[in-house]
Amino acid sequence: MRRFSTVPFAGTKQQEQQLRAWLEEHKQMPGVTMPALQKAQEIYGYLPIEVQRIVADVLGRPLAEVYGISTFYAQFSLCPKGAYKISVCLGTACYVKGSGKIYEQLQEKLGITGGECTADGKFSLDACRCIGACGLAPVMTINDDVYGRLTGDELDEILAKY
Amino acid sequence: MYRSNVMVCGGTGCTSSGSDAIARAFEEEIRAVGLEKEVRVVRTGCFGLCALGPVVVIYPEGTFYSMVKEEHVKEIVDEHLLKGRPVTKYLYSETVAEDGSVKALDDTPFYRKQLRIALRNCGRIDPENIEEYIAFDGYRALGKVLTEMTPEQVIQTVLDSGLRGRGGAGFPTGLKWRFAAGNAADQKYVCCNADEGDPGAFMDRSILEGDPHVVIEAMAIAAYAIGASQGYIYVRAEYPIAVHRLQVAIAQARQYGLLGRDIFGTGFDFDVDVKLGAGAFVCGEETALMTSIEGKRGEPRPRPPFPAVKGLFGKPTILNNVETYANVPQIILNGADWFRAMGTEKSKGTKVFALGGKINNTGLVEIPMGTTLRTIVEEIGGGIPGGKKFKAAQTGGPSGGCIPASLIDTPIDYDNLIAIGSMMGSGGLIVMDEDTCMVDIAKFFLEFTVDESCGKCTPCRVGTKRLLELLNKITDGKGTMEDLDKITELAEFIKANSLCGLGQTAPNPVLSTLRYFRDEYVEHIRNKRCPAGVCKALLNYQIDPVKCKGCTLCARACPAGAISGTVRQPHRIDTAKCVKCGACMEKCKFGAISKG
Repeated sequence: MRRFSTVPFAGTKQQEQQLRAWLEEHKQMPGVTMPALQKAQEIYGYLPIEVQRIVADVLGRPLAEVYGISTFYAQFSLCPKGAYKISVCLGTACYVKGSGKIYEQLQEKLGITGGECTADGKFSLDACRCIGACGLAPVMTINDDVYGRLTGDELDEILAKY
Repeated sequence: MYRSNVMVCGGTGCTSSGSDAIARAFEEEIRAVGLEKEVRVVRTGCFGLCALGPVVVIYPEGTFYSMVKEEHVKEIVDEHLLKGRPVTKYLYSETVAEDGSVKALDDTPFYRKQLRIALRNCGRIDPENIEEYIAFDGYRALGKVLTEMTPEQVIQTVLDSGLRGRGGAGFPTGLKWRFAAGNAADQKYVCCNADEGDPGAFMDRSILEGDPHVVIEAMAIAAYAIGASQGYIYVRAEYPIAVHRLQVAIAQARQYGLLGRDIFGTGFDFDVDVKLGAGAFVCGEETALMTSIEGKRGEPRPRPPFPAVKGLFGKPTILNNVETYANVPQIILNGADWFRAMGTEKSKGTKVFALGGKINNTGLVEIPMGTTLRTIVEEIGGGIPGGKKFKAAQTGGPSGGCIPASLIDTPIDYDNLIAIGSMMGSGGLIVMDEDTCMVDIAKFFLEFTVDESCGKCTPCRVGTKRLLELLNKITDGKGTMEDLDKITELAEFIKANSLCGLGQTAPNPVLSTLRYFRDEYVEHIRNKRCPAGVCKALLNYQIDPVKCKGCTLCARACPAGAISGTVRQPHRIDTAKCVKCGACMEKCKFGAISKG
């Protein structure tokens, strides 16, 4: 299920210029749409419909096609993310070591469900597939920080750091 | 020349536990004692023993420091590097003999039975330095094929070696190459599947992180064999270290003239580009992967036409996975017979497994085909933590199945795994103990496939969803015995009618758990009990009034206010209010709370 953002679009002229310049430069590359959306998400942090429209316009593709691609891949988000992106690994190795429960506890503590962002824009929570740190299971990441061998008791302390 | 090399693991596992800071600390301390001209710090790929990360190995001795912390670094530099005395208290305990002498790493139970071919350079070289790869025979195989062999001889060698695809289905690699070679076209492509989507498998990532050139070299060999000039590596965007090292490796190979035009002056042109995936499990399927490289929704398409005829951008294409490629240069250098000598009758060579779950030595292991599960779990894996009992191992991820304890002596190869209802898959091997509920595990994998089904064909899109609903009914305590028959019927239907490998294998985790752990399903249905104590709806938490000291810890931990009682008096749980979160049980110091 895709959630649509109710946060109004706040892209800047600069961001738009940056995106348009990249698109113009790479337009001819075979299979450009996916890298274009990856670039757009890098610039804006997510892919609101306004941004998808720019991509579609410059590449000369139908918006429906661009939308089809941005909703197909898990990496693309149509909602803005929090300043701190929490991602709990629900890969098999982490799952058998209890990451499912960690994920539940975080949803409770933050008062949001997976995929959402807290009202103050501070934290967003997602489940992710294996990040490959199976030796540290169960694992979660907050932006670039990795927390391994997690227990539920540590969560408050970890969240308080941000 | 350096007299000593400090190899700090820079794989994802160890990096996650802070190995980069440790590498920097070593560099600083080494400078502080003035050894920077004699001792070098290298950030390597994965050593395999991820459970003990961060790992540091010091050569020439080969001493293995495990779970290294920044505060250990100074002591190691002072004692080991300056005075030549390994600091045994920080060494991996298995490498220290009773008399305090240090044993070779290959003598430890974890490494003794391993045979590293695909992983041969992981942990041994600096992956960001092409010269180190070349020093270990790198690009020699490419030189050999370009100057001494015809494309047909290359294909015959790979075919004779018996190498089969390491990504899942086990199709003979040489045969795939021969099909593509036989189709004339103005342009052909060589692709590498590095979209390792099976949750719990990370061998491809480790190879890319530890030895990226091996993949590039093998792709060039494949390109020569089939007559292609362009390659694509499709890699998960979630693997930033692997992507970075690949890009470094490609740039270096271009600079050395090992990629690009007229390689080795033979007139052979070949180049490689990296394409980033965006998180879609179905893109591990070959036609879906190619559609995704084309920048579209990564949906599979019917075969034939096979990619060898009509693949990427409509041209003949071969696709192999990372581990398959990692074997190729060694096969070319050592010959097909050398490779054939390892493994079982129909599965040659080695296989890398990502060992995870309820096992002591989590990590990467490479073993000859035909090694038994018992050897992997009990010897290499070091058994199960907390003295618990081995219940099953799961291979093949969401497409595979479970191997129960009764089949622990099965030699692992492609055909044996299929025969017992699982599959090799990419090599995830998750160990489960008595605390794992098999119905819940089947549900876990099915939730994954429901989520990842691309939606193109109905049997997979609707079928897996209905199957999951039936399982949910059972774990909610509302299942009937007829549901088990419905599950089997539906599962067989999905297998027979889905378009691609994702759907065709999606029911495997359900069918295999039903085959070996039917009792558990029946227990959920008839007695509304989850024997492993996992399925929430079937759990009841109880306080033993004899053991309870009335300390009130549990009552304070309960988020639902379901626990009542006065201080120093036995407490009780109101099951109607209980949300079964288990917080009380975790807090209780007297073991008075049980679930069942």
